[in-house]
Formats: sequence, structure tokens, C-alpha cells
Amino acid sequence: MVTTSPSDPMTELATPVESPAKASPSTKANNPNPIAEQDAMIEIDDVSFSYDMGKTNVLKNISFNIPAGKVTALIGPSGCGKSTLLRCLNRMNDLVDTSKVTTGQIRIMGQDINAHDVDPIELRKQVGMVFQKYNPFPKSIYENVAYGLRIQGIKNKARLDEAVEKSLQRAALWNEVKDRLNSSALGLSGGQQQRLCIARTIAVNPRIVLMDEPCSALDPIATARIEELIAELQEEFTIVIVTHNMQQATRVSDRTAFFYLGELIEYDDTTTIFGNPSVTQTEDYVSGRFG
Amino acid sequence: MNPFKSSSSAQKTKDGLLSGFFALLTYLILGCTLFIFFDIAKKGLPVLMPVFSEKGGEVVDLDFLTRMPETLVDYTDENGEKQSLASSDFIEYTKANPDAVIENKKTNAYSGGGIAGPLVGTALLVIVCMVVALIVGVAAAVYLNEYAKQGRFVGMIRLAIMNLAGVPSIVFGLFGFAFFCLFPLPIFTMIVNEEKSLAAIPMFGGYLSFQGWGNSLLAGGLTLAVMVLPVIIAACEESLKAIPKGFREASLALGATKWQCIRTAVLPYATPGILTASVLGVTRVAGETAPIMFTAAVALKGKLPWQEADGKGIFWVSDLLTDSVQAMPYHIYTVAARIPRTDATAAMQDGSVFVFLLMVMTFASVSIYLRIHFRKKLKW
Repeated sequence: MVTTSPSDPMTELATPVESPAKASPSTKANNPNPIAEQDAMIEIDDVSFSYDMGKTNVLKNISFNIPAGKVTALIGPSGCGKSTLLRCLNRMNDLVDTSKVTTGQIRIMGQDINAHDVDPIELRKQVGMVFQKYNPFPKSIYENVAYGLRIQGIKNKARLDEAVEKSLQRAALWNEVKDRLNSSALGLSGGQQQRLCIARTIAVNPRIVLMDEPCSALDPIATARIEELIAELQEEFTIVIVTHNMQQATRVSDRTAFFYLGELIEYDDTTTIFGNPSVTQTEDYVSGRFG
Repeated sequence: MNPFKSSSSAQKTKDGLLSGFFALLTYLILGCTLFIFFDIAKKGLPVLMPVFSEKGGEVVDLDFLTRMPETLVDYTDENGEKQSLASSDFIEYTKANPDAVIENKKTNAYSGGGIAGPLVGTALLVIVCMVVALIVGVAAAVYLNEYAKQGRFVGMIRLAIMNLAGVPSIVFGLFGFAFFCLFPLPIFTMIVNEEKSLAAIPMFGGYLSFQGWGNSLLAGGLTLAVMVLPVIIAACEESLKAIPKGFREASLALGATKWQCIRTAVLPYATPGILTASVLGVTRVAGETAPIMFTAAVALKGKLPWQEADGKGIFWVSDLLTDSVQAMPYHIYTVAARIPRTDATAAMQDGSVFVFLLMVMTFASVSIYLRIHFRKKLKW
């Protein structure tokens, strides 16, 4: 049982936690090196997901635990459901009217996030997301970073200033933009814009940062900078990253989950997945024989 | 031997003839348009700017823009010279000079004075119309595009709105007449007309009366609003659709509520599109005659609308709104269809059309300017 202690992070959510999540079943055979329950930030338990009200499942009975304070990479060929799974974690899939979690539970910090008393807005304040295509608002750099705080009703200029500076520093962008905070974010280079989006996400102090192929629109140098950044952010946040780039997964992640056709094929330490995978499909994929 | 020599000269001739034919038709349209513009300008410009007339005169005839339409009086004075005066000027003149020789006196309806009444009336109608149409239109577009579950029902609503755009304007006029002029709707009034009013509730020192609004600014403005709504809704939806999904996702992923997302990450960037479409909508409603001829417009009025409104505060506003107005398109219809074209009436006819054309073209140009301006400024 996950107990709800006074310091439990979920008590920070506006929605009161009524029922502590039920005990997680033991992890499956394709998960030989399971994350102990107490270390898990996100528990994905037998999750199936459909975009068409349950007619076809794009995710099929996925179970694995994502550890706190680590970087977990989701890899697999296009259409394997890795992005869908990522978007389940902050309920971005709610935007699709006909989407539905058909079986199972996703628990974050012990709370079933699809429970009826979970407010997706409160969830998203704790589970931030960085998108594939960098998408800063056509506002100033400052306003982009301050956006999340402003919509939470924070108006105090000093507090905003401080948060903006801190977030930009954490996103390794401060030195490049500190003299032009009030100029348009769209004037930045692609890599800078993506780091700005990361700054914007971490400005609201989430516990988890989801990254959906954050480097796929960037050149190798900008990619390298984002990867450095991910390594630094890992100390403060639990990071889940979807990537097409297997080298990237080896460089940035501690754990890797390999998906194929909506199923979790293998989940293990990144070194094991790339060095000594136990499933042939994984080996074929990471060695480039298919995908 | 040239390997690229044309193999069929007949094919080539046919192609040339066809392209020439298409070009001819295109230039024909352009020619017609230019002819209309120049003809109107040639006749109308000297009325507005007498400096361009054969006789010469002031740069801009301010009287034409600032006076109400009146009857024009033609007469021959003691020197046998032809004179023409607006009726109010004529009365003043005869009062001041009781002995003046007036011969061959002839009156021409609607042809004297200026067009201040119709200009102001059209402006007021457009304001009432756009205020209502924008509030309702943006709300409907936001609902349809952002909130509503996309399905058969929303599809049917969209279809209904599109069909509304195809309804002939005279039908809108009759609808407006039945619904806004006759149907008992609430309005503030100081004095209750027992015959017209269905019920009256005492309020703010006057009454909230349920009565038909009659031939009024409000009825006309609302009829025009209903007519232009499909255009506004379609344009707003287009503007909303053009906002990248990334903005919405970024906003929601930061913990914004739906409304916060729409207010801060969607509507600000849709505003230019909505604005541009609205100006185009203004061009359209300003020119409509049929919807207002039963609901709002009158041919002749002595005073400007606000000079006639009674009461204070809300009652002044409702008095203004329930008064009939003059309007440019209806004025042009009146001077074109109801009076003969003579030397005396031609000035009013040509001048009105020219000024109205200028007015509409200005709106259209503003719309084009805004579109170009915002397209340059807002890129993502």
C-alpha cells in the first residue's frame, strides 16, 4: 500500500486524495529488473488505451514503473504508441474527444490519475510537457516563461522576475537571453526556442517533465545542448523522454522501454537494453535490423 | 534537323486562341469595373468637391456632408437667372426678401441639402450590427471550434449557419420586420403606449415595456447582425483554426483551464483575423438595402438621431435605439427610384452614390491593409 503521509506530494494537489491506490501487481516477465514500488514515481499498471472509444487499442496492457529522479526513455518505431503513452501521463489525450483508457491504471505518486476526482489541470501543473515541435507563444521571452505562473494567478512582479531568471538559468538559456527578455521569443534559434519551452515548463515546478521527441526538429549542436540540459535537470525532476534516436536514448537515459505495435516489449536499464537485451525484437531494433 | 520542332501546328493555334479568349473575358470584367468606377467618379466627384466641376468652387462641399436631405426648390429670379435652394434656405430667403421675384417655382423631392442623415444612420446601424454580431459570432465560433464535441450535431449546426448565409436579404428583412418590429420584445420607455405594449414593468423611474420595436435603429441593426452572422462565424472559425495546435497544447500542459487557454493562447492570436473579417462584414452590411427597408430606414428625417432622443441615461439610449434612421443605401434607392433624373436632381443622385462608394471602398481598403499588416507581424 502507498500511504498518504502528510508530506505526500499528492496532498499538494487541489483535489483531495480519497482513496490511496491499490497495491501494484508484480511486474511482468518482460520486466526482469523491476523498479521497487517505493522508488516508482509513475506506476503504469495493465494500461490499454484507445483513440476510438475502445474499438481498437493503440496501447495494449502496458505495465511498468518509472523511477523517480531518473531519465526514462521510450523508444520504438513510429506508431508504436510511445507518444500516446507519454500523453496519457498528463492526460493530454483528453483533448481527443473519443480517446479512452480502456483497461488498467496509471498512478503518479500513488494516485490514479484517471480517477473521477482528479483534476487534469492540477495534474498538468505537476506533470509538465515539452513538445516535439518547439512551440513558444508569440510573446516576449519573459512572458513565455512567466505564462504558467500568470495563469496560476501570480501577479507579484518580483516573484515573477525571480522565477523567470531561475527557470532560464536552469534551462541554460539565461546568459544568452538576459539582455533581451522583452524581445519576441520567435527571434530565437530553434534550439534556444526549445530550451525556452523547457524553461517555461519547469517554471511551474512540476515533479515530472515529459519530453516528446524534444530534439527531432533540431540540429546536432542544439540537440547536444538539450541533452546536456536533460542530464542536469534529472537531479530535480523525473524525466520521461520519447525519442526516435537510439543514440540519444543511450546518452541521456537510465532506463529504456522498447515498444512495438502498442505493446511493451522490454523494459530495463538502458545499458542492458542496448548491450544485452533479452528479447530478440529489441535486439533487432536497437541494432538497426528493423525499424 | 530540329528535334524540338512543333509536331502539330493546329494544336498550337487552338491553344493560342483559347488563352486569348480567357484573357479577353478577364479583361472584360476589369474593363466593366473600371468603367463603373470612373463613371461614378466623373459624375459624383464634382458634387462632393466642386473644385473639380466646370464652374469651380470650394475644395469640399461641406454642406453636402453635414446637412440633412431636403426638398430642392428651383425658381427663376428677377434677372431671369435660374436659382436652386434647399427648401429651408428658400423659406428663409423669401422671409428675408418678401419682394423677391420668384417665377417658375418647382420643387424636387429629396434633392436638396446634404446626406448627413443617411451617413450617420448607416454608421449607427453598422455599429449596432457589429457589436451584436461580433459578440454572438465570436461566442458561437469559440463554442463550435473549442468546446463542442465534434460530431453530427455540431456538423448540423455548421450546415445551418452556412445555409443562413444563402438566405436572400429580403427574407432577412421580412424576418426582422416580423420578429424585431412587431413581436413584443423588452425595451425601456418613459411613456407606455397602451395599444402597442403587451406588458409594462415600472423600472428606473420609467417602464420596461414588452412591445414591438417598430421601425427602428435597433430592429435594423439586429436584422443586419443576423444576416452577417454566418460570415462572422465562418471567419472567426477560420481564424481559430489557423492558430497552431501547439499553442493550445503548450497552454494546457502548463495547467491552464480551457478558458484560460482560449483567452491567453488562442483568442489574442485570432483577433487580427476576426478584425479583418469584421471590417469586410461592415462593408457588406453597410451596403444592404433590403434588410433595413422594412425594419429601420426612412426616406426623410428632419434631425439627426441623437438630436431627437428624449429622456436620460438608459431611456435616452433606448429612445435613440427605437427611433427610425436614414441610411445610405436606402437613400440612394429613394433618390434613384422615386424621383426622376433631371438637372436639379442629378447632383444629389451622383453625389450620394459617389460618397457611398468611397465609404465602402475605404472599409474594404482598411480590411486589406489589416490583413497584410497582421500577416507580416504575426508569423509562427
